Order: sequence, then C-alpha cells, then structure tokens
Amino acid sequence: MNELLAIIEEQPFFEDMAPEHRRLLAACAAKCSYADGTRLMRDHEPTETFWLIREGQVALESPLREGTVAFQTLGAGDILGWSWLLPPYRASYDARAVTDLHTLRFDAGVLRERMEADPAFGYVLMKHFAALIVQRLQAARLQALDIYSHGGPGHGA
Amino acid sequence: MAPDAVATLPDQAMAPEPWRIHSVRRDVASNEVFSWTLYPEPGVEPGPPPAPGQFNMLYLFGVGEVPISVSAITDDGGIVHTIRAVGSVTRAMQDLEAGAVVGLRGPFGTAWPVEQARGRDLVLVAGGIGLAPLRPVIHAALQRRSEFGRMVVCYGARSPGDMIFRDELDAWEARDDVDLRITVDRGTAAWRGDVGVVTQLVDRGGFDRRNTLAMVCGPEVMMRFTASSLERRGLKPEDIFVSMERNMRCAVGFCGHCQIGSHFVCRDGPVFPYPVMEPAFRVREL
Repeated sequence: MNELLAIIEEQPFFEDMAPEHRRLLAACAAKCSYADGTRLMRDHEPTETFWLIREGQVALESPLREGTVAFQTLGAGDILGWSWLLPPYRASYDARAVTDLHTLRFDAGVLRERMEADPAFGYVLMKHFAALIVQRLQAARLQALDIYSHGGPGHGA
Repeated sequence: MAPDAVATLPDQAMAPEPWRIHSVRRDVASNEVFSWTLYPEPGVEPGPPPAPGQFNMLYLFGVGEVPISVSAITDDGGIVHTIRAVGSVTRAMQDLEAGAVVGLRGPFGTAWPVEQARGRDLVLVAGGIGLAPLRPVIHAALQRRSEFGRMVVCYGARSPGDMIFRDELDAWEARDDVDLRITVDRGTAAWRGDVGVVTQLVDRGGFDRRNTLAMVCGPEVMMRFTASSLERRGLKPEDIFVSMERNMRCAVGFCGHCQIGSHFVCRDGPVFPYPVMEPAFRVREL
C-alpha cells in the first residue's frame, strides 16, 4: 500500500489531490506488467479499469477493414482508459502494449462506488479525468487539422 | 518633419551578395523539403555569422526573394538553409542544383536565447519544418553540453516520411544526454514510435519546471497549444520563446509587410518571448 501510494504521489496526474483521496486510489491499485503485444482494451468491450503507465508504450487503435490503425500512443506518466467513468462502460477503441509495459492498474468499478459514496472524492476524480479528456480532445483536433501541411518555406523567417 | 528625421533604408542591408550552392540535400521523399549549403563567392565579405534563430533573405535572381531561417552553420563558414517548396519562389528554388548562385542578404532578426538557458533545463519543441530554425540551438547546446541541464527535444511531424534530418535525429537519439521524443500525426504499419500531437510529448514532463527555458517553433496553432502545455507543466510564460513566421520583404523593419501589431517580425523577431506574442495568437486571421 505504501509503495503504491508513493508511486501515485510522484505522478503529475494526481499531484494536487488531497492525501486521503490518494489513499483511496492506492487502495484500488495494483502493480501490473504486460508483455509487448498484450491487448489491454478492445473496442466495444466492457471496461472497469484504468491504468497509469509507468514504463513502456501503449498504442490506441481503431479497427478498420484494412486492419487496425494507431491514432495515438501513450507513454510513461500517461493515463489509459476513461470509458469506466460513464455508461455504458465500454471501450471505444483498442489499446495494445507495443513494448513491455509496467503500470499501476486501478479497479475502476470499486472506485466508481467510492465516488458515488463520497461526492467530494467523486468530484475531484471527475475533474481530473475531465481535464485529461479535454487535453486529448484538443490533441485530436490538432491532428485532424493536419497543421504541418500548411507550413511556410522556412519557419521562423 | 525635419529632413534628418526621415527614416532611410540601410544600403548594405538591401543589397544581396552572391553565394554559391555547394550542395543540395533533399530530406523528404517528395523533394518538397531541401537544404542548401551556401558559401560566399570570391570577393564577398560575409557578414557576422548568423546566431541560432536568425534568418537570411535568399534571392533567386529574376524570380524573387524569400526569408529563410538558418538551419546550420558549418565549421568553415558555410550556411545551411532548409527550405520547403510552397510558393512560386521556393518551388523555383527546388530545381536548383549544386553550383548555382543565389543572392543572400543577412543575417537578420533576433536569436534564440541560448545564453539565457545556461545552467537550466532546455526544452526544444519543433513541429514540421520548425525543426530547422531550432537545429542550430541543438548544435550549440551539444557543443557545450555541460553548461545546460537536462535537454529535452520534442519533434512532431506529419508522418514518418515527412521527418527531416533523419540521420541527425538518430544521432541525437543515441546520446544519453539528450531526451529526444518524436511523434507523428499519422503512423504507418512500419512506424514503432509515438503517434499523436507534439504537445503530448511536452505533457510527459521530465524537466525542472522551476528552472527550464523552452523554445518552440512550428505552425502558430501548434506553438499556442505547446505553450499552454508548458504552462500547465509549471513553466512561467516568460521562460517560453516562440519563432514567428510572416511574409518579410525588407527584413530591416522598414516596409511593414511582416508587422504584427506594433512588432516588426523581421526586426523585433522572429524569436519573441511568448508573453509578447500571446495576445497575437488570440487574434483571428492576423
């Protein structure tokens, strides 16, 4: 528990949380490692988990007729998974380890019950995930804009 | 107005000198991005060596003149310019081979604050061809590596095939004193690196928020979001520098073609402290 708490405390995602909220998170966490190629989430399948990536890389992929296409990768310090927050609690893309992976795995089903029972905790965690989702949404918009196709002859001049 | 108060153009600054293309390097499969290594023709007295971030005006005789950042300086006084063919002048430049002579005047503009970064962590964030104006900073910092703290280089490209300076990226990646992070907007089946926008590389931290200086170069929207990410990571706005791109003509703060508000990008920039340019980022179609 203390080791898990120490890991959580050093991560920017949790840095402005109250100690009691970090302890709640630590109580629902476990260290988990995965081999390269492991699929952590599958599009449309139920998910009751999120992960803090400590080391390694995960590709978020969408299945297309021609195969899967990676649209984003996540690395150390990133949070993987928010589908557990809102019904229907199903993943909306695939997530696959593309290196050996070391994570903290959170039991989000239990966390969700804690959030319902303790609205202050629920609000804090929801705020953190909302910020994360906004960040990812902005990133997706930038990607969609294809910004590098419009560059000038020699940027900076 | 008294006659002696009338502004005049500095003669020397407006006269291009002949420089010869010693070599041409084409970085992207489409040949859209190319680099020239230029040397002055005999009899030309080169100006002061360009500082990282400065630019030259390159003149293709009979076609036109464009502002191009310096992407490297060779040990023997050559200047490297990396150019993307996007307009009539740069497309015509694309066809030139080694041996051709072009006009050059400069260097102009402000430089990246390399000295200000001494003793601090250095975060360089480049998008697309924005890596070219930051490349001299990387060269300078690597030559004096011990004078800087952690060195984080984040580079975002459209796709793996659009990445420039691949051989140098490999060399920087191989060093244990450079934290090189590369991402592409669109991966390929063979691509094993990161996919996503360059801001996500900044979000991963790895630098001391209280003692870091950041330099950002790329499309304006990318610079704006990168600056937000850096601020979210705890950097003060005044510790963030950006390089602006505008249609420069005279390059000496005279004609006003490159003006952003009260700032002449050619003279007061292209490198600006972020707080100076932040209001301009919020003005549409400026």
